Amino acid sequence: MIEQLTQRMEFFSNVLQLRAHRQQVIASNIANADTPGYTARDFDFKSAIQDAVRNPAELRAGGASVLAGGDARHMRTVSSVSGVAERTRVGYTVQTQPSLDGNSVDMDQQRANFMDNAIQYESTLRFINGHVRTMLSAIQGQ
Amino acid sequence: MSMFTIFGVSGSAISAQAQRLNTVASNLANADAVAGPDGQAYKARQVLFQTVPMGNNPASVGVKVNDIVESDVPNRRVFNPQHPSADAEGYVTHSNVNPVEEMVSMISASRSYQNNVEVMNTAKSLLLKTLQMGQ
Repeated sequence: MIEQLTQRMEFFSNVLQLRAHRQQVIASNIANADTPGYTARDFDFKSAIQDAVRNPAELRAGGASVLAGGDARHMRTVSSVSGVAERTRVGYTVQTQPSLDGNSVDMDQQRANFMDNAIQYESTLRFINGHVRTMLSAIQGQ
Repeated sequence: MSMFTIFGVSGSAISAQAQRLNTVASNLANADAVAGPDGQAYKARQVLFQTVPMGNNPASVGVKVNDIVESDVPNRRVFNPQHPSADAEGYVTHSNVNPVEEMVSMISASRSYQNNVEVMNTAKSLLLKTLQMGQ
């Protein structure tokens, strides 16, 4: 019963972690806009969040690096904060305008992605805040 | 919170771009310098950027100035026998700075600098909003 209070929060927390991860990847692209030979990176958000939703148990085990639960009765550690982000496969973006120095960062695209991602991050935060408020008013029963 | 690495990444880019701006300033300042008694005129300097890994996330990479190299373009030689710095043949050796190239580099560096500042500002406001989560 008490789990239902936080069940939806878990999904939003995954979304938030992935958004933060993507923000970081795009920031790296923008930082390396003038580095010769750098290839811009990104990841597919849709498949990443689908993966996180589909395999929540694996997530809970936290990659089993901290406490390898060899026995079923062993206590599992709660997933590390970057658990979802660590599992995402970061790929290379398609080059739009080839440049002589081998750099494939398209600054317009990266800026658009960055702003888009920032707004998505913020809206996820608002969803969480709204959810917390709803649950608090449900608890207080006022 | 992994988003804190953004400050390291963008900070490294800002510092690298600032160094590039510094080099451009040196080049432009010495654009009209002529060779001294040793016959060695100023050579334009250029920064070389390199990707440097940051944090434990392989996708988050910063940038650093790997090296500063001197341009190997031949120096500009102007025939001016009256000039005190003229050599035996009457030529004055100027620096090999190309002001147009330097201006382009300056604009590029300044834009990149601004982009990274904006990235940091956005990351800061997102983190501050994250701090207020659930209130």
